[in-house]
Amino acid sequence: MLEVRNIETLYGLVMALRGVSLKLSENKITAILGANGAGKSTLIKTVMGLIEDQPDKGAIWLDDKRIDGKDTEDIVRLGLAYVPEGREVFEELTVLENLLMGAYTRGGSHGKADLKMVYGLFPRLAERQRQLAGTLSGGEQQMLAIGRALMMRPRIMFLDEPSLGLSPLLVREIFHTIRLVNRELGTTILLVEQNANMALSVCHHGYVMENGRFVLAGTPQELMSDEDVREFYLGVRSEVSVKGFQRYKRKKRWR
Amino acid sequence: MFSQLIISGIAIGATYALMALAMVIIYKTSEVLNFAQGDMAMLSAFVAYFILEDQGLGFAAAFPLALLFAFCLGAVLEFGFLRRAKEPTVLGLIIITLGLQMILYGLASWRWGSDQKNFPFPVSDFEVHEILPGAVISDLNLVTLGWALLLMLLLFAFFRYTKLGVAMKATQQNHVVARIMGIRVNRILMLTWGISSMVGASAAFLIASTDTLDPNLMWNPQLKGFSAAVLGGMTSLPGAVAGGFILGVIENLFGGYVSVEFKSVVAFAVIVLILCVRPSGLFARHYVRKV
Repeated sequence: MLEVRNIETLYGLVMALRGVSLKLSENKITAILGANGAGKSTLIKTVMGLIEDQPDKGAIWLDDKRIDGKDTEDIVRLGLAYVPEGREVFEELTVLENLLMGAYTRGGSHGKADLKMVYGLFPRLAERQRQLAGTLSGGEQQMLAIGRALMMRPRIMFLDEPSLGLSPLLVREIFHTIRLVNRELGTTILLVEQNANMALSVCHHGYVMENGRFVLAGTPQELMSDEDVREFYLGVRSEVSVKGFQRYKRKKRWR
Repeated sequence: MFSQLIISGIAIGATYALMALAMVIIYKTSEVLNFAQGDMAMLSAFVAYFILEDQGLGFAAAFPLALLFAFCLGAVLEFGFLRRAKEPTVLGLIIITLGLQMILYGLASWRWGSDQKNFPFPVSDFEVHEILPGAVISDLNLVTLGWALLLMLLLFAFFRYTKLGVAMKATQQNHVVARIMGIRVNRILMLTWGISSMVGASAAFLIASTDTLDPNLMWNPQLKGFSAAVLGGMTSLPGAVAGGFILGVIENLFGGYVSVEFKSVVAFAVIVLILCVRPSGLFARHYVRKV
């Protein structure tokens, strides 16, 4: 399985990842929580080889092959799929063409069966398969982006902020599908989310990222019962003073 | 007179259409306007001439070989020059194509000189058919017309129905996501340049056979082809072809009835007019990005 060992990623002189290690467990959902700019997306992009000449230090292993420094096109062929933040469907291609692009690396006759599988997960895409992807709603585009990644039949799927800009109802639907994909297809999933509630409700293991490093890790139950996570990520205030205002400002333990 | 002007206009328009197709193919995948397009085609025509006259091979060998040369030329230019640009902007790439144009022009002038040569062609421009009373069309015109339409259909089908064609469109829209799909973007760009260069070269053969061959051969057709492509919306293959025909006909009518000297100018006046009414061109189906 995928293992990230102590990687550091630089954007020019700015260090975005400061020594991150991560191990995905097979057929499980792993979530990374964190605020804007914590480095979550950077981590995925580094693994996918999308940031040129990075990681600066450290190594990324898939099974017993080292994959850092490889081209994105080759990393994809090893079975890693990436659903980018903000969906990024091909707006001027039809829904069907978008899905077929997902299967670009796979030759032969798998296409039909996979298409059926994706349409089974997202019946709405089947209705709109001749429509230009740019004319879909945000939720449909997110479904399309996930469906397109599933057309690769990936071993590991990276999901970057699938809830971004969607209504609570749609978010629930998307997360339901994520759980379904994980259970039915056995796809290992790495989920990057700001919506901590949702992410913790589906994942088997979670990490909290701040300023380019992991500050906390554990099962969702452990994380949910952690006081700092509760206050800073779940928005549950642990203690309200009798006078109705907070007496002191909590400090995060890990700083 | 009128019908003859229309027919000659369509015939000349077919060559514009071919040049427009060539430009649109590259624009479709990389949003780069290729100003070297005309001179890539001109050089290929010189290579065909070289094979025909100096090597003494027949048409059946010369044209396929020259087209192969055109494909390689396009691929090499992309690989050797455009890909070397570090973190390129579209503007920078366009300037590179301008530079390439000058290099190719210089190369052809140096090797073959600037005197006009007769370009042999298997089909004659003087064998004519009277298709309407008082209006004739030559064999060469018919071949040009047929070739332009055939290429348009082939390319249209390629972009619509083949995986590679769709991947080319995907590449144009978003290079990064195309890479995430496993599409080897660099290879796609190289292929695009090759195909486009071949389309342009075929136009150059046809133009050189009605005219004479010299390094300035493609100067005018490239400008017209570019205008035709803009008229058609820059990304639409049928649009490019229609644009070529419209331009050819209008230009010819103006030349016939008003003034031959200003024949070329009117084409651009028409473009300005049409772009005022439909800024994205006549046939573009450009999706407007939601913000």
